[in-house]
Amino acid sequence: MSQNISSLYSKKVMEHFLHPKNMGTIKNPSGRGRVGNPVCGDLMELQIKVGKRKNKEYIQDAKFQTFGCGAAIATSSILTEMIIGKNLDELSKISNQAITKSLGGLPLQKRHCSVLANQALKKAIEDYQKHK
Amino acid sequence: MKVYLDYGATSPVKKEVKAAIMPFLEVEFGNPSSIHSWGQRARQAVEKAREQVAQFLGAKEPEIIFTSGGTEADNLAIRGLIAQISKSEFLNPKQIQNPKFKIQKPHIITTQIEHHAVLRTCEYLEKNHLAEVTYLASNRDGLIQVEQVKKAIKKNTILVSIMYVNNEIGTIEPIREIGKMIEKINSERLTVNGQRLYFHTDAVQAAEYQNMNVDFLHVDLLSISGHKIGAPKGIGALYLRKGTPMDKIIFGGEQENNWRAGTENVASIVALGKAIEIIRNQKSEIRSQKIQKLRDYFIKKVLKEIPDVELNGSKEFRSPNNANFYFKYVEGESILLGLDLVGIAASSGSACTSLSLEPSHVLMATFGDAERSHGSVRFTLGEETTKKEIDYTISNLKKIIKRLRDISPLTKERSK
Repeated sequence: MSQNISSLYSKKVMEHFLHPKNMGTIKNPSGRGRVGNPVCGDLMELQIKVGKRKNKEYIQDAKFQTFGCGAAIATSSILTEMIIGKNLDELSKISNQAITKSLGGLPLQKRHCSVLANQALKKAIEDYQKHK
Repeated sequence: MKVYLDYGATSPVKKEVKAAIMPFLEVEFGNPSSIHSWGQRARQAVEKAREQVAQFLGAKEPEIIFTSGGTEADNLAIRGLIAQISKSEFLNPKQIQNPKFKIQKPHIITTQIEHHAVLRTCEYLEKNHLAEVTYLASNRDGLIQVEQVKKAIKKNTILVSIMYVNNEIGTIEPIREIGKMIEKINSERLTVNGQRLYFHTDAVQAAEYQNMNVDFLHVDLLSISGHKIGAPKGIGALYLRKGTPMDKIIFGGEQENNWRAGTENVASIVALGKAIEIIRNQKSEIRSQKIQKLRDYFIKKVLKEIPDVELNGSKEFRSPNNANFYFKYVEGESILLGLDLVGIAASSGSACTSLSLEPSHVLMATFGDAERSHGSVRFTLGEETTKKEIDYTISNLKKIIKRLRDISPLTKERSK
């Protein structure tokens, strides 16, 4: 194996960078969370569709769009995978550490990407609750 | 396919250079300061390299000081000169008595787009109250104007330090014109017994393709580096015009005419001499034209085939091997990552590729636009770059930019 930039990242990060899941937007989303700033080099937008099952609210669908580095793209992609199908009351368990862990780790200087993804989720839920 | 387009970062050691240095690693391992024959053969090799460098620069051998690289050459030029000036000329009793030349802190003029080796050195002198510094802004083409430098000159200006070729955007600064202007100011200053101005240029990125003659350029100090031109890392040189005030910054033995202590890095000095001899023996116009043709083709195709791309830096006053693009709506590190996965090496002005998380100071100074800095990628071609490699790069770049733009929320929002 040759050493390259990708060796800075885990296999999982590279997988999500190359084949991001749930990329795009939702028609009439229940909530959106936009965090970061292109000036800082990272911008994420998470959109969620909230549904109901057995009297509980859950994430029926989630999509993301990201301007940023490989880690920013991968964290937003895995976040959507982590939240789809989850009840809203379960989402508080999703911390930035949990996101980093599910990616098989992130380089130290890229940890802020997982914080950003977590903030996007919180903002999207707040936005949903404000408008429901 | 493996495509290296990061020659501005570093270059491979040339075959002839490698052959030239091998004996000095093993057989001719002597210390040039030793009196015995081993030492004397090493001394001869060092002096031959000094001659090669001096001839290339149109200088005399004692004016060449070998250093550990471009960074040390820049440090020595600036700190050494300011230190010496501060203790001698500025303390000249005649000048102290004359209120016209009242002692002031020495003033340096440099630019916001210098390499960190110059910038950080100037900042250090400033912070420690050893000098006053003016950092000139470049225009949107990444160029410094002669008039701008002239206007910034004050009574206590001692040193102007401006890079020859910018390492990021490849712009060629008007060194000869600035040098001539400074010379004129100096002749005026001399008539009133004033302090002479000195001119330093960091020519690390210029050696391979530009005119490096110090008299043509009208410079007093000039820094070069080995690893950008086919010698190993860890070797460089400072040209110091005879009579230029200088104090040492590294103390120890009396090597390098007592300018720079430390046992000579014989093998690497031989390498630098050889690498320079190779450049000198080739017709630089032919070499320049060949690489420029390929680079122009690259720029033209990228601008034509990828939408929303801009070239950073002047098209006209530009090093023939440099192309630096701003790809709107996407971020540089993800482009580099995509390129690296298909075997292409480039570099980026993006903060995300560095540990500091600060966007490129050169792009920030030139455009004042962080988003542009984050979305910019530098490609630097080398002697061995082929058209096939460029075509491979363009076709992959198209795919990568499209893919990343599909992911970015800015694509639709901004291009509306």
